[in-house]
Amino acid sequence: MTSIQLGSVDYLLLIIYFVFVLSIGWALRRYMKTSSDFFLSGRSIPAWIAGLAFLSANLGAQEVIGMAASGAKYGIATSHFYWVGAIPAMVFVGIFMMPFYYGSRARSVPEYLKLRFDEKTRAFNAISFATMTIFSSGISMYALAKLFGLLLGWDFSFSIWVSALIVLLYIVLGGLTSAIYNEVLQFFLIVLGFIPLVFLGLRDVGGWAGLTDRLSRVSVQQGFEPGAWTSSWSHLGSSSANPMGVEWFGMVMGLGFVLSFGYWCTDFLVVQRAMAADSMSAARRTPLIAAVPKMLFPFLVILPGMIVMAQTFSDGRAQLPLKPDGTLDFDMAIPVMLATYFPSGLLGLGLTALMASFMSGMAGNVTAFNTVWTYDIYQSYIKKGGSDAHYLWVGRVTTVIGILLSIGTAYLATRFNNIMDFLQLVFAFVNAPLFATFLLGMFWRRATGHGAFSGLLLGTLAAAFHHGLTLPQNAVAGIKGGWLVTEVLHRYPSEMAQNFWTAIYAWTVCFVMTIVISLVTPRLKSDKDLAGLVYSLTPKPVEEEKAWYRRPAGFGLIVLGLAAILNIIFW
Amino acid sequence: MGLDIRIPVGMMFSIMGAILFIYGLTSDPRIYETSLGINVNLWWGLALLVFGLVMLVLGRRKAA
Repeated sequence: MTSIQLGSVDYLLLIIYFVFVLSIGWALRRYMKTSSDFFLSGRSIPAWIAGLAFLSANLGAQEVIGMAASGAKYGIATSHFYWVGAIPAMVFVGIFMMPFYYGSRARSVPEYLKLRFDEKTRAFNAISFATMTIFSSGISMYALAKLFGLLLGWDFSFSIWVSALIVLLYIVLGGLTSAIYNEVLQFFLIVLGFIPLVFLGLRDVGGWAGLTDRLSRVSVQQGFEPGAWTSSWSHLGSSSANPMGVEWFGMVMGLGFVLSFGYWCTDFLVVQRAMAADSMSAARRTPLIAAVPKMLFPFLVILPGMIVMAQTFSDGRAQLPLKPDGTLDFDMAIPVMLATYFPSGLLGLGLTALMASFMSGMAGNVTAFNTVWTYDIYQSYIKKGGSDAHYLWVGRVTTVIGILLSIGTAYLATRFNNIMDFLQLVFAFVNAPLFATFLLGMFWRRATGHGAFSGLLLGTLAAAFHHGLTLPQNAVAGIKGGWLVTEVLHRYPSEMAQNFWTAIYAWTVCFVMTIVISLVTPRLKSDKDLAGLVYSLTPKPVEEEKAWYRRPAGFGLIVLGLAAILNIIFW
Repeated sequence: MGLDIRIPVGMMFSIMGAILFIYGLTSDPRIYETSLGINVNLWWGLALLVFGLVMLVLGRRKAA
């Protein structure tokens, strides 16, 4: 991969972006008067802004680079992460869960757990979540610095410190509002920066028809039926018929139900954006509004990967480079596309969009971290009853410390790549069962704190055991699994299949064990304590007199209908 | 909140669009071999400029 020469016009665009990002923070600084302004935007964000931020906070490096890589590796089936995974989960959180998150006045997801269950459940979630955000933001920084080093020859430390400093400044100045406003800016930048890329790429391969034709040859060459890369459901009958190595049940249950609902419904990083909305109705519409553009993102991020794959195998202009071990470097799909199609000028816009995606991912983690740290750890266990000004100050200091810790993580990643893989694995174990806890917490009043805590713990252990007992095909025991036994119990056709099934087992164990242990432990919270926290004990939100399609349920139905249509088109 | 986000979004894209548009007018046409012979800076710059101005108008109208 040859490095790109940037012209002055490209640098100019990048600098303009930096100036705007910082000015937004600067302009907002005078509105940051209380800790609620800083951590929750004073619950004053209109629905459409919260919605775009909800989407954008998740648009980090892993999303854009990773989805394009999956698009190249697995084809249009990657869209399941959206049309089966994210969209239904976003509709669910908006319609069914937001009334409790927003209505309980909890300031964070761990705080909801404290109100609904008990202190230990909150502590478990708060500590694991806070650690995870630091590492995610560090990994995001590391990926950015590595990519910009490879593409532009930028110094690793320079990329890290510049991006970290900018994120730091705008969050310290303007808190969550600043992060949210910048996420809206970043959202438009990513969309408007990638549209021309997809347009040029598709034009070059002869449109969707040309792409299908070229990818069918790739499929056959890899030993699959011709449509394996360009149809999303037709080849999911058996795990050996598609490059993902997943069959429909593992896909729908593992990815759709457990992993996506777990992420979109319980991850404070995204839920925080909805909690900042200016009313209950706005909070409920936040994920629904986000779902509309989310549905179209496969065209922006998966298609470039498919295009570069088609070209790599048919001597096109865009060619994926090889990794040192001789396999294709799928993570380079987006950078290769940018370098191939964008002339100086638009290249600056494309790289700025990439930079924006890295920064929004980082900022999302940092704002979630400072809130959870300040409210759920500092205020709960270190210093109770301080003045509001004190917690606002702690929030700002925490932002600085959080970013410094992320920088440390980014450097750690350069030295010990395995540690990062290991940590991500541990977080996956902790996250997998979470949705079961929330589901039971919100819809079953008998679920107790002991039940929830032990369910979570056992679910996490189940994930670890499952991982330790199984291996993906052709993998050696270690970080990929199989570390518990010499002879693994089961070999999955792919790593993805193993992940989905790890999640399914973890969720099931958590769900069953929470019920069992709740039934044998006394209920410590009365119906009165649980009002506003559990479905059957909460008055239904009053629908303002609006047309049916403007109410959350109606809007959600429309979103689901559209997602179903997309699934059918690309079946 | 006192700041309407459409104003900075509109300003940024208007400026970026204008820069790309002007660059598209003045740059050496040979650089567009990469973009299949299309002067993408000119056209996409124009699109961004229009988008930016629409955002500005929407933001202003609400403020007024």
